[in-house]
Parts: sequence; structure tokens; C-alpha cells
Amino acid sequence: MRPVAREAWLEASHRVGNASSLHASGRSARSLLEDARERIGAALGAHPTEVILTSGGTEANNLAIKGAFWARRAKDPARTRIVTTAVEHHAALDPVRWLASQQGAVAAELPVDADARLLLDSLAAELDTHVHLTALVSVQGVNNEVGTVQPVAEAVALAAAQGIPVHSDAVQGIGHVPFDFAASGLATAAVSGHKVGGPVGVGALLALRDAALSPLTHGGGQERRLRSGTVDVAAAWAFAAALDDAVSGLDAEAQRVAALGERLARALASASPGAVVHGPSQGAPHIVHAIIPGASSEALLVALDLAGIEVSPGAACTAGVVEPSHVVLAMGGPEEHALSTVRFSLGWSSTDADVDAAIDALAGAVAQARR
Amino acid sequence: MRVLAALSGGVDSAVAAARAVDAGHDVIGVHMALSRNRDEYRSGSRGCCSIEDSNDARRAADKLGIPYYVWDLSDEFHDLVVTDFLNEYAAGRTPNPCVRCNEHIKFDTLLERAQSLGFDAVATGHYARVVIRDDGVRELHRAADAAKDQSYVLAVMGPEKLARAMFPLGEIATKSEVRAEAAARGLGVSNKPDSYDICFVADGDTKGFLERALGEKPGEIVDEAGEVVGAHSGAYSYTVGQRKGLRLPRPAADGAPRYVTGIDTDRNVVTVGPETLLSVRELVGEDVVWLAPDVDAASPTPCLAQVRAHGDPVAGRVVRTGDRVTVELDEPMRGVAAGQSLVIYDGTRVLGQATIAKRER
Repeated sequence: MRPVAREAWLEASHRVGNASSLHASGRSARSLLEDARERIGAALGAHPTEVILTSGGTEANNLAIKGAFWARRAKDPARTRIVTTAVEHHAALDPVRWLASQQGAVAAELPVDADARLLLDSLAAELDTHVHLTALVSVQGVNNEVGTVQPVAEAVALAAAQGIPVHSDAVQGIGHVPFDFAASGLATAAVSGHKVGGPVGVGALLALRDAALSPLTHGGGQERRLRSGTVDVAAAWAFAAALDDAVSGLDAEAQRVAALGERLARALASASPGAVVHGPSQGAPHIVHAIIPGASSEALLVALDLAGIEVSPGAACTAGVVEPSHVVLAMGGPEEHALSTVRFSLGWSSTDADVDAAIDALAGAVAQARR
Repeated sequence: MRVLAALSGGVDSAVAAARAVDAGHDVIGVHMALSRNRDEYRSGSRGCCSIEDSNDARRAADKLGIPYYVWDLSDEFHDLVVTDFLNEYAAGRTPNPCVRCNEHIKFDTLLERAQSLGFDAVATGHYARVVIRDDGVRELHRAADAAKDQSYVLAVMGPEKLARAMFPLGEIATKSEVRAEAAARGLGVSNKPDSYDICFVADGDTKGFLERALGEKPGEIVDEAGEVVGAHSGAYSYTVGQRKGLRLPRPAADGAPRYVTGIDTDRNVVTVGPETLLSVRELVGEDVVWLAPDVDAASPTPCLAQVRAHGDPVAGRVVRTGDRVTVELDEPMRGVAAGQSLVIYDGTRVLGQATIAKRER
């Protein structure tokens, strides 16, 4: 967690009170909550009213997707299609698949190119054929595995022209690539606290005032009646502080991180001939991804972890089994690529020394994993 | 040494890993995921491979302060253990899947992966002892606790793999000692029930599992004279020596119980007969794995022979010629079936292992 976030959290934790209560301590908590909401809105180009605090990115994506599907279909029963990409994070993909299997939705998971980037032609064709049947479009901002920056603005242009609301899972890009909700034309966008160096267990859905949404939870009517439940004010305040820190000076920080990422990407390529590497020059500054044919994700993870370098294999199930990456499968390479991946994430705390250590560990790890 | 401890989520492997840590080794824990479709596999007290088991293994690793990973060996397990199990039954033999799992999964696939990551040994919670002699020969022995001894299912690994295996529970006197040690170490699995039977047969119903996988194949049960005495739903699901579940409509003329004496999956016929026909005085094993370089057994050598995990060993003399072993037994042995693992002991020491060959008759 960023130090400013930790301090903000501690500070807010002294101010006990339920922000929904009407007495003095309730008012005090409510005041801090609204301060947090204003700060979060300001950092993301959203009006405070447009900030709906949630338990994190997953809940925000669920609220946006299920909420929009239910609300849009309630008004027009023909609108059952949900258009998304094949490379969404599971927090945005699984709600669509659940709606398709349980709630009568029709899922259109659009294809991507070899860099995991949405094929806009397929979106245009989809909307041409099914515009009157479409409930919403959902396109991530940055791919969490490969770092691909998706053509969200282009997708919005295609969909908004037809009156279709667009949701974006913006969790992965905030603090690394510029984001302005007001300028985006999006109906909703999901953000997460811990991805910007704030606490886990807090996030937000940015939602236009007139976004058609049904709530997932019912109760006290907090958060525009869209998210009932007592809000964690300390977490919201810490999230706001982290977000402020992440967004201020984003350009310089993105440059610094991209330089680290480039160095790592070059080292990866030279340590593993034949590898397909995606680094900052192909996408977001903070993600370096490699498909290393012949190496196993599992072995790479273990070898690097034991060398003190923490990486992600792409996907793992609840039991901890490394699973084939749906993103890499969608990129169209051979199936074994999906189990031969490694992803490095960089952030505000990453240093030159960290990258040196990772580079030192790479050659040995790749050799061990290429059995 | 750098040691990879296989953690099943049970109490034995957890204590084995703890002892490896105590011995000063650099230990990591690995849980093998053996099924992609975890619901198919049994869960809770009866099983292995459930999500709960992987969580139990993770908590054990947490307590021991060692790194923990889950490795997906489900493809290998399916191809080398489950498919082999079905093929063996389909061919009228009686396989032991635990032997195959030790041979192909724990002490091959897992050991290879461990080695490629720079580990020197794999530690498991098996009950067996390894004795290293002054001349460097490694002897595999029965565990101190004869009731828990698992040397029978380990013999197949052979001398090279044995050199990289570690069984920290070999000297333990009783299972309750392991549970007490687990409790003293604060391991949450100290009271977890033992697992029994075949881990991938979800409900313990092997016959049902075979029928679902191989399909029903109704046929005749005949006596030694060739007369039809009953019907079966698939010859493959019977085992030589089996008495229960034959559901013969009439008792034998002499009123004595009848046993399966032969399985012919080509003709889909099960033969039954009196107990006397079950007894053999000679065992022939093929695909020999020999663990005792100092005992060549070229001429008849006194030994004990065992053909079941919990079967009683029978004394005899073994002769090894090429890829076969022949054991002349001092007294008859019952219920010997092709495909079973034959393990040859000298006292508590394992000399070698082979697979019971199909009997020519």
C-alpha cells in the first residue's frame, strides 16, 4: 500500500461512525466519505454523484454488467445480447457468462488479434446485425495479462452512435494510462483500490446519472440505491488518497515504469529465444508478458518465486492449479502457448534494483522451465 | 539438501514435510492436482484431490513456513494411471493403481520436475525405510509399523529413483504417533481421517466405475467343466480369487463356495471353481525391477513373496532370469491374478518387484 494511503486509513479509522447515521459521529463519517467521493471523482474525471463505492473491482464489474442487463431488458425484453471481448478479466467475463447460462442473456465474445487487441470490425459487424437486440457493450481498458491497451474510444464511438451503453473494466489501467470518465463517453467504468496502491476490499463503479442499472444488493439504499450496505469510510478515504497519488504525476511515473518494463522485456527476449514478448512499447507501461514456447508456466512461477521474483502465470483456479490462459488462447497461437506464459507487473514501488534482480533470475528460470 | 515435499493434504505427508524441515533441508511443498474435474473425485473424509485437500496442504505449508505450489499433473495421472487401470481390467488383469501412481507420477513426473528445478529429493509420507549401507547400496525396507508398511507399492520405483526419495515416516512406530506429532506441531490435519481405496473411484464402487467407463458387456459365468452356471455384466470387472458378488443362481453340486478362477476378456467368459483350483505353487513375474544389486538370484534364493498391498507374504525361493522372476512357494498361495504387483522380500528388505504374468493353461 502507498504510504499516503496507509496514513489516510489510520487517520480515518479514528473517526468512528456509520456514514448513514444522522447523529454527530455519523455526520463526521459521512463528511469524510463525501470528501473521499469527491477526491475519487476528481482523480478520474467523474462527478462525485457518479462515484458508487463498492467492495472492489469485481463487484463494480458485476454491478455494471448484471445491473445494465437487467435494467435494459426490463425496458425492452428484446435486448438480451451482451457484447464483450474474449480477453476480459474473469471479473467482467464471468458475469456475462453467468447471465448467458442462467438469465437468458446471449453473450457475444468478440475476437482479438495476435496482440490481444479487440478487432473493431467484428464489433461493427456485431452492432450492424444485432443493434436492436443489444443490452450493452463491455470492453476492458487494459488487458491484465498482456498489457494491451484496448480501443475503448473507438468502441464507444461505434456503440454510442447506436445508443448502446458501453461499460469498461478500467481496473488494470488506472494510474498507468490516462483516464477521464467525462471525456470517455462510457456509461460505466470499474476501478479498484488495491490496483492503485490503496487497500484491498474497496473499489468503485463510475456510472453516469442516467445509466440504466439495477442493484445487486438491497437494503439501506446507500450509494444511489445501487449498492446497499454500510460503506467502509476508512477504506474509501485511503483509496482516494492512493488514487490521488497514482494519478498526480502519472506521465512522469508512466515513463519511469515504462523504462523499467522495456529493460525487462528486452532481457526476457534475449533470455528466451523464440519467445513472444509484450512490453511497454506494445501496450501499457506496467505489464511485461511473455509466451515462452516449451517452458511451463508452473515451472517459471516456481523457479522465479524461489529466486524472490513474484510473477503471475496468467490464471489459476481456486485450488491453485495453473490454468491455460483464456487470453493467450484468444490470441490465436497454438494451445500449448496458453500454459507457457509469464507476466511481470511493475508499479510505483518498483525500482531499477528490482528489475536487475528479475533479469538475473531470468536466464536460469527459463532454462529450468524449458525441460 | 533441497527437498520437494509432496503434500496431499493428509496428516502423513504434512508430518513427513515437517520432519524434512527439522532435518535442516531446504523444503518446498507441492500439492499434486490429479483431476481437472474435481467433483468427480471423492471429497471430505474419503478422499484425495478435493479443493479442501489442497487447502489443507496449503495450511500445512503455512504452518511449516515453506513455499507452497499446486502442480497440475491431471493429464499424466489420467493417461498413466486411470487409463492404465481401465486397460488392465479390460484385458482381464488386476492392476494396482497406487503402484502405477508411484511409478509414473510421484517418482517419475514429479521427481523429474523437481530435479529440473534443482531439487535433490522428493519427500513423501509413505511408510517405508531406506537403509544406506557402508558400500553405498540403498536398501528399501518395510516400515517399522508393519500395519502401515507401504514398501509393497514403492518397490516399483527402482534403484535410481530410490536414491532421490525420502520417507521421513519410515521409523515411526504407529500411526497414532504421527497424529500426536501433527497435533503437537499445530497442524490442522492431525485428526483428518485416513483415505482408503482407490482415490479416483469417487464412491468406492470399483465395479460401477469400470462399468461406466468400459460399458456393460453381459456374458456367461461357466464352471471348470464349461457348463454355464450364471451371468455377468462384463468379465473385465472380476478378479481371480473373488467370491463375493458372483450372484450364482444355484449352489455347486458339492455345496462348496465357488471362486473366480479365470477371466477371459477375449471371449467375455468368467470361469468359477472350487477353492482348490485357486492355489498356485509358483509365481511368474515379468517387467522386473530389481533393487538389490548385491543379490543376483541367478540360482534359487530364499525369499518372501507378496502379491497384494495388505496380503501375507509367503516363503519360497526366487530365481531371476533376464526380465522374469520365478518364485517356487513353500506353501500354496491363493488368489493370484495377472497384473498384480509381485514384491520379493528378504526379511524386511525389498529385493525386487515384477508384474504377475498371465497364466498359461
